[in-house]
Amino acid sequence: MSNVTIDDGPSLIGTSGDSLREAFGKALVEFAPEFPQVVVLDADIAGGTGTHHFRSAYPDRFIQFGIAEQNMMAAAGGLASTGLIPVVTSFAVFCLRALEQARLSIAYSQRNVKIVASHPGLDVGPDGGSAQCLEDLAAFRAIPGMLVLSPADPIEMRLATRAMLAHEGPVYMRTGRSPVGRIFDEDHRFEIGRGQIVRPGTDLTIVACGVEVGRALRAAEELAADGIDARVVNMPTLSPIDTDLLECCAEETHAFVTAEDHSVNGGLGSAVAEALAQRRPAPIEFVAVREFGCSGEPDELAERFHIDSTAIAVAARRVVLRTRIL
Amino acid sequence: MTLLEVTLSDRCKRVRALTCALIYHAGSGHPGGSLSCVDVLTWLWDDAFADKPPGGERGDQLILSKGHACPALYALAHQYGLLPATDMTRLRALGSALQGHPDVVTLPWVGTSTGSLGQGFSVAVGRALGLRLQDDPGRTYVLLGDGELQEGECWEAAMSAAHFGLDHLTAIVDYNGLQSDDQNANIMGLEPLADKWRAFGWNVTVIDGHDLDAIDGAINEARRVTARPTVVIANTTKGKGVSYMEDSPLWHGSVELRDEELESALRELDVPEQDLSSWIDGSFFS
Repeated sequence: MSNVTIDDGPSLIGTSGDSLREAFGKALVEFAPEFPQVVVLDADIAGGTGTHHFRSAYPDRFIQFGIAEQNMMAAAGGLASTGLIPVVTSFAVFCLRALEQARLSIAYSQRNVKIVASHPGLDVGPDGGSAQCLEDLAAFRAIPGMLVLSPADPIEMRLATRAMLAHEGPVYMRTGRSPVGRIFDEDHRFEIGRGQIVRPGTDLTIVACGVEVGRALRAAEELAADGIDARVVNMPTLSPIDTDLLECCAEETHAFVTAEDHSVNGGLGSAVAEALAQRRPAPIEFVAVREFGCSGEPDELAERFHIDSTAIAVAARRVVLRTRIL
Repeated sequence: MTLLEVTLSDRCKRVRALTCALIYHAGSGHPGGSLSCVDVLTWLWDDAFADKPPGGERGDQLILSKGHACPALYALAHQYGLLPATDMTRLRALGSALQGHPDVVTLPWVGTSTGSLGQGFSVAVGRALGLRLQDDPGRTYVLLGDGELQEGECWEAAMSAAHFGLDHLTAIVDYNGLQSDDQNANIMGLEPLADKWRAFGWNVTVIDGHDLDAIDGAINEARRVTARPTVVIANTTKGKGVSYMEDSPLWHGSVELRDEELESALRELDVPEQDLSSWIDGSFFS
């Protein structure tokens, strides 16, 4: 007979590691005293979204809605109507399920609600294609007044969480499932609507968000070995996008690669292309996903679906070649 | 019958007449489901909101989850001084606060923007939770359509309201039995409806939704019930008060009222003969 007790039970994957969702969950607790109006809404996945930290620290401000995201999303609008700041948390794919509630009862009604989605993109990994949300940035970016954020590392996630809570109006923010490397120092600054140059360069600009920022930096190293000097821009705000920075990069580097763990349609690449087309058109190559995903580890999937550092470097060489032909 | 009841009953007639005029001047709108809920809305407004309109961060709130019935709500708001007479010819007009479905940005007192069925119910649950979290005694009322109950979100909301024990939330179902295309039963049956709500943990009252005394009794009972929310299933007649519309799904949808149709409706609703032409050409409201 087994001696296993509940205390010896399995450790939840979601509660370990240096992931964006854990960084978000810890930041919520850290900033809760500063924002006493914050309440956190969950649909039975607090262990996976990082909000288990908040549940432990502030059980009276944690509202369990059960597995019913549509009700949770619209109810957030009602909570906000009483002056509270609801933070709706779920997996990205289930936020998509409640997209219309986010549209009408939050954005159209101009409610101060924060929607925070973990498990975006191929970064979801083994759960497979049904769970890998590749459409959320496009969908939420299309909603007027909706701020769309996708921070790149735990330090930036902490800062973005505070900025999101301080912002008056609806926000959609992506976290992430898998452990990610550190990109920024403790003195990193985050400002809504602003991107930053995280690596200088003159031959082209790689614009990335989320987990792709780390891959873009690795691609830039590969390219340097070939004599290509790639600039890397971290673009944590997709809507409104930092058009001024993009215009500046177009003047100084003349070519772009965008990199995102998202569909090629409607996400970061589209936002960058739309901005440049209006201000200063430049050749662009899009590193993004072009089909549904499947089970596998995140790094394996990044390679299989061509959003790894090699794919970014290939796209960079291609776009540089295009500028030389032009 | 008391004097008050006569007055409120007259008020309902006037709200119905204004509802028809609003839709006539708009050139489109949903008359059937607006007229069916007039008695419930008018009783509730007169009782809860006549002195203190809804729309604040605290206090009582009415949410019209069946947002397409907003002509009745706008007519009522005009009767209680929230909307000027000139708005009665501006429903659905460019730049008007009277949007085709309630818009909380242009009319804060509607509580939330509705028009996508099911969502107003969830917003009402959220509002009731928010008030309770902040120890506010305000009550939340939400008016649901019967066809609306085919939306799965309604049952998510119903389950959650009972789970949270929201006894300060009252739902009212405008059970006129008809929806856009046909009878509920022929589209997607709702029965046994009262049993469904009971099974979801709600206190249930079934009334004649055109009987003001019955509405009074049901809502006041709802205010006394503790630990669980109450639903008032109000049996109503679609198009109530305008004989050619009554009980016909033809008048559910967004329809255009012709001059003679408005005139006939206004006559039935006791608009004085000498006012008919000015209601029709709009000068009555200028």
